[in-house]
Amino acid sequence: MKPEEIYEVLTKQFGEAVLGFDTELAGDPNIRIAPSAIADVCQYLAETDTLAFDSLMCLSGLDLSARDEELAVVYHLYAMQHRHSVVLKTAVPKTDSHLPSVSHIWKTADWHEREAYDLYGIFFEGHTDLRRILLPDDWDGYPLRKDYKEPEFYRGMRVPY
Amino acid sequence: METTQQTESKIIELKPFADEMVVNMGPQHPSTHGVLRLELKLDGEVVREAIPHIGYLHRCFEKHSENLSYPQIIPFTDRMDYIAAMNQNWGFCLAVEKLLEMDESKNFEVPERAEYLRVLICELNRIASHLLSFGTYGMDLGAFTPFLYAFRDRERLLLLFEKICGARLTYNYIRIGGVSEIIPMESGSIAEQNFLDEVEAFLDYFEPLIDEYNELLTKNSIFVQRTMGVAVMSAEMALSYGATGPNLRGSGIDWDLRRDEPYSIYDRFDFDVPVAVDVPELGAVVGDCWCRYKIRMDEMKESVRIVRQILAEGLPDGPVMADLKAVRPPKGEIYFRSEAPRGELGFYIVSDGTPKPVRLKGRSPCFSALSALQELSRGLMVADIIAIIGSIDIVMGEVDR
Repeated sequence: MKPEEIYEVLTKQFGEAVLGFDTELAGDPNIRIAPSAIADVCQYLAETDTLAFDSLMCLSGLDLSARDEELAVVYHLYAMQHRHSVVLKTAVPKTDSHLPSVSHIWKTADWHEREAYDLYGIFFEGHTDLRRILLPDDWDGYPLRKDYKEPEFYRGMRVPY
Repeated sequence: METTQQTESKIIELKPFADEMVVNMGPQHPSTHGVLRLELKLDGEVVREAIPHIGYLHRCFEKHSENLSYPQIIPFTDRMDYIAAMNQNWGFCLAVEKLLEMDESKNFEVPERAEYLRVLICELNRIASHLLSFGTYGMDLGAFTPFLYAFRDRERLLLLFEKICGARLTYNYIRIGGVSEIIPMESGSIAEQNFLDEVEAFLDYFEPLIDEYNELLTKNSIFVQRTMGVAVMSAEMALSYGATGPNLRGSGIDWDLRRDEPYSIYDRFDFDVPVAVDVPELGAVVGDCWCRYKIRMDEMKESVRIVRQILAEGLPDGPVMADLKAVRPPKGEIYFRSEAPRGELGFYIVSDGTPKPVRLKGRSPCFSALSALQELSRGLMVADIIAIIGSIDIVMGEVDR
């Protein structure tokens, strides 16, 4: 199935939770989904036989500061059986960056969501073990946010040493 | 000094079972293939839970990339999977090139000669990577000899890489739009002939050795006893955890990006994709450590086949670099994945039309494969953990980025 067809299927199924289909920029077109519906949409994509998205290739956090004060999560999905792929994007405000986890659908999302939490401060609700993964547990702030300022001290050591 | 106080006030709760022991394996441990720390919760010698702690080698690759121009990022990709750095260079360059191709105003195309050189060098790098994996896996499980053999052969490959790009480990050879010309190798020149002759000499030397290694380690009964039937990863589990490459094929899924989503010029070559099958006479079942290991041994043969086809055809004439004034991809985003020795290496690039990416994410195959360790190791012996880590073949530089 082409991404346009998947978009149509999703609009039929989820109505207003599907916010739009971005094609104007170069590269992969992506389907914008409301954050609250993302887990349901993913569940539907994974379990419907005609779609059967059984592999989550990549889950990335993204800072949309250039446009507005929002963070985004991008899901790159692939279906081994039908050999089609789709890109989902969902945006949450920086001040309240909560959205449902998809780690119960694809287990690889577990670590990928932890990484997005670690580096962007996106909170995945329903994730069983949302801890920092790449940075030390006592790290302050979320370094991949565009407005991140590196700390002056870390454990008493001056950072720009 | 505030931070110190915060650390001190942290409360650590430990609720051990009466007979449970918590052991830290790593981060400095030769069998964890780098700086991986495993928090093992043991009941005698049985592993109740093995919790991986990663990040010891985190060098902020993604944050750095946001402040660098695209060509400047290539050396950083070298340091992701430093065992197969050529493949990492290529994966990144492919993603950027894909984005550049979207810009219709520029007629951008990678020259034929560069494509051939890329496939040649990356397949050789795949052999070098699998050799290291084979050698260290043997050593992890108590066989020292294969390690020496593997490093002897890998050395010859490193000398070849040194000849073509001047470096032994971090190559920075594959560039956006072609390959590096630091060491000139014009078509038809003596330098080119010498290089190709040496590649051929290596293949002639190496091909029969794969069978010898299979005799030495693959069918060695001690090795087989340690690996067969251990940590069986079912096909569904492999897919769900995002295990790719040899780990996915080791679970019996016939999938290789080089064949199924051909990029570059892979569709011109004839090669097989090894997929695991049950081997009753050894006791190996699909998805166990032995099968994952065996896929790598078989893949080396296929890489030799591909390189031989290139040698038979000869490198085409022409330039090795596209006519590219500046790397300035159009506004947009791309996710591109390629088949690195350890699985699918993906790069997600968001561009706003400037020479620097807004966001670059490296989807590391080892990162996803390693996340399956916790489930794989439950209920096994401590010694089996070593067998699992070696069989999923991780490189921490890529896991932590």
